[in-house]
Amino acid sequence: MHILRLAGRRLAASIPTLILILVGVFLLLQLAPGDTVDAMMAQMGGGDARTAEDLRRFYGLDLSVTAQLGNYLWRLIRFDLGFSAIYGKPVAQVIAERLPATILLMTASLSFAFFFGIVFGVIAARGVNRWPDTLISTLGLIFYATPSFWFGLMAIVVFSIYLQWLPAGGLSDITQVKEGIWLVLDTARHLVLPTLTLGLIFLAIYLRIMRASMLEVLTLDFVRTARAKGLDETRVVVRHVLRNALLPMVTLIGLQAGTMLGGSVVVESVFSLPGLGRLAYESVVQRDLNTLLGIIFVSALLVIAVNFVVDLVYARLDPRIKTEG
Amino acid sequence: MDFTRRAALMTSAAIAANVVDPFRAFAQQAPRKGGVFVVHYGAEQRQLNPSLQASTGVYIIGGKIQEALVDLDAAGNPVGVLATSWEATPDGKTITFKLRQGVTWHDGKPFTSADVQFTAMEMWKKILNYGSTLQLFLTAVDTPDPHTAIFRYERPMPLNLLLRALPDLGYISPRHLYEGKGDIRQNPVNLAPVGTGPFKFVSYERGQHVIAERHDGYWRGPANLDRIVWRVITDRAAAAAQMEAGQLHYSPFSGLTISDMARLGKDPRFVVSTKGNEGNARTNTLEFNFRRKELADIKVRQALAHAINVPFFIENFLGDFAKIGTGPIPSVSTDFYPGANTPQYPYDKAKAIKLLDEAGLRPGAGGTRLTLRLLPAPWGEDISLWSTFIQQSLGEVGVRVEIVRNDGGGFLKSVYADHAFDLATGWHQYRNDPAVSTTVWYRSGQPVGAPWTNQWGVADATLDKIIDDAATEVDAAKRKALYGDFVKRANGELMIWMPIEQIFVTVITAKARNHSNTPRWGSTSWHDLWLAE
Repeated sequence: MHILRLAGRRLAASIPTLILILVGVFLLLQLAPGDTVDAMMAQMGGGDARTAEDLRRFYGLDLSVTAQLGNYLWRLIRFDLGFSAIYGKPVAQVIAERLPATILLMTASLSFAFFFGIVFGVIAARGVNRWPDTLISTLGLIFYATPSFWFGLMAIVVFSIYLQWLPAGGLSDITQVKEGIWLVLDTARHLVLPTLTLGLIFLAIYLRIMRASMLEVLTLDFVRTARAKGLDETRVVVRHVLRNALLPMVTLIGLQAGTMLGGSVVVESVFSLPGLGRLAYESVVQRDLNTLLGIIFVSALLVIAVNFVVDLVYARLDPRIKTEG
Repeated sequence: MDFTRRAALMTSAAIAANVVDPFRAFAQQAPRKGGVFVVHYGAEQRQLNPSLQASTGVYIIGGKIQEALVDLDAAGNPVGVLATSWEATPDGKTITFKLRQGVTWHDGKPFTSADVQFTAMEMWKKILNYGSTLQLFLTAVDTPDPHTAIFRYERPMPLNLLLRALPDLGYISPRHLYEGKGDIRQNPVNLAPVGTGPFKFVSYERGQHVIAERHDGYWRGPANLDRIVWRVITDRAAAAAQMEAGQLHYSPFSGLTISDMARLGKDPRFVVSTKGNEGNARTNTLEFNFRRKELADIKVRQALAHAINVPFFIENFLGDFAKIGTGPIPSVSTDFYPGANTPQYPYDKAKAIKLLDEAGLRPGAGGTRLTLRLLPAPWGEDISLWSTFIQQSLGEVGVRVEIVRNDGGGFLKSVYADHAFDLATGWHQYRNDPAVSTTVWYRSGQPVGAPWTNQWGVADATLDKIIDDAATEVDAAKRKALYGDFVKRANGELMIWMPIEQIFVTVITAKARNHSNTPRWGSTSWHDLWLAE
């Protein structure tokens, strides 16, 4: 009950921010030249004046900007995200179709990055300024500095074209019909390269943070106390240092949830995955306001939710912090 | 630049090497039944029904499921599909189509003249882009019996114009699934089309793939392939990688980058060619805004054209994928091409400088005579290269060019609605007859905002008259002569310069048979296509 009340209060507090974001994006898109009919004409590669005029009426673009904005906000109050011009169906449905792929890819790559970030961060911190640290830090820098599209394409060249171990793109093999466990395995195979490509950049960040945070905590008084009372090194690291060093990592995950739900246009394009990033990009190019605002709305809600969860996790990790805050 | 040149040279070698092999007649080989053909789908459209939207992005899928009244045969002549014969009255106002008998829709209902009537009056005339202009004077379609459709026009409709337009603008939709079902544009059938073609629709996952499977009741007999899968891949480099990994069989309509097409052309596993795309010709343009008083002077326009070395550009950047263009009607249009004996503007820097001097544009500070804004369309990398080439070439004669880049919607709005440009460059799509989508670039009186039309701020009475006369001339020879006059006048006045001619490039697996055998093959039904082992 207590948690629910807290969640409700958080949500209510973020409503003004949400409205500001939506109105801002709406007005920003008005500044971009051309509307969704221009974009559609561009995509069709041909069209005449009669068609264009007819389409503008069809999409309700003959109304003034204020009227369009007013309509949008009024619909939003009734939890109606509107109709997508490019997809010809309700925006909520369009987003729901894209969410699974995005969440699958992002959960996979974030877990990968989080887990190995901790492992490598701890190893680097334990061997600070010796060869494991140098090796890990150098690799981290390389991963961080490499553009993900290049990484993705090179991974395709090596693992798909040259070695032929993994598929080059898509979410599953659609030339064959698969079911049950085979579909799961097939999807997993398709996700290996995109997960690694996206995860390596996150990994670089996580391992740097983990290393720094470990080094800091290792110098604190309670670590000395733990050692003094005769605990062996593994227990000191796992029970005392790690738990405290994890706090910045958790903060980071909360922050990156936003980036993560926005999807990754680059990785989704290179591996032809149907995620939210590509959907948002297409909505901008096609001037599909409803879809774009819908994505922003859903992402904002999810970010609020994730940050709430992060606060709860904080309280678990560090009893000094209370959720009441 | 260096890389592009090398890529282009490799292309020449690649195409030369491939010419011998891929198009040998495989007729003697018995087609293999079965197989899944996987197609690269680069740009998803808003719907899939070709009766409602004329674009290659729709034909590449909808054209396998739905069929048109006529198509073009290997030689580019109209051949019946759902129509078996046609006839026009001497005044050109009545055109009668006899329809194929025994054809059924995928849901089992018979195909009749009522479908033709409904599609023509409700879709082509009211919704279809270019169709609404083509059929502007269509007053009625009479259906005396289920296999006869009589088109009645208020003004003469040249039969050869209609027959050359119908392969693209003549797809038929099932009346029983549209009539009385509300707004045609929002009908769910548009995303799950039902047709008479060799493949029937199975599923469409937005952002992922479309699947169609063989229709066993097809009137020509069942197709060879089991299924066709279109995979949505927006990244061109990724599509090339998937071709190489064997996950794709066919990338239509220049879907890969120029360098990837050149590279795959050398690989024996693929055929890279412009064959089978002759019906999809386009020219690169240089559009002038006559509202700039300097550009309203023909000497300045001529000077700009003379300052650009087109053969050099083609040789070094586009290779064998393009050739020198001679005006708005490309040379692949054998019915209308008037030859190169029309006003042309070969590269001549001295002449360009002389013309600019004569026009009173003397070099000012820093040698600049004039500063112009150039808006390149974002359709393809050739346009981007071409705009940079224009910028550098014009810089040589003292004309400073600022390039302003936009995305698709922004480009169309800026150029064709706001007229916020001095120079623009993009593609002019030629659709087998100049009256379909070519003459609108020149005819005055176009509504503001209509893309790819005369928005240059100029009207030429002579050109307007030729265009109007040709559009209703029913005698084929006279029509061809009129379009010859049209090109002469258009090139002479240099309202738009169209110096490069291109055809789309196909990249397809060497295992495919019976491919690229008609001028608009990518759009056709693929009823005879098969995959060898």
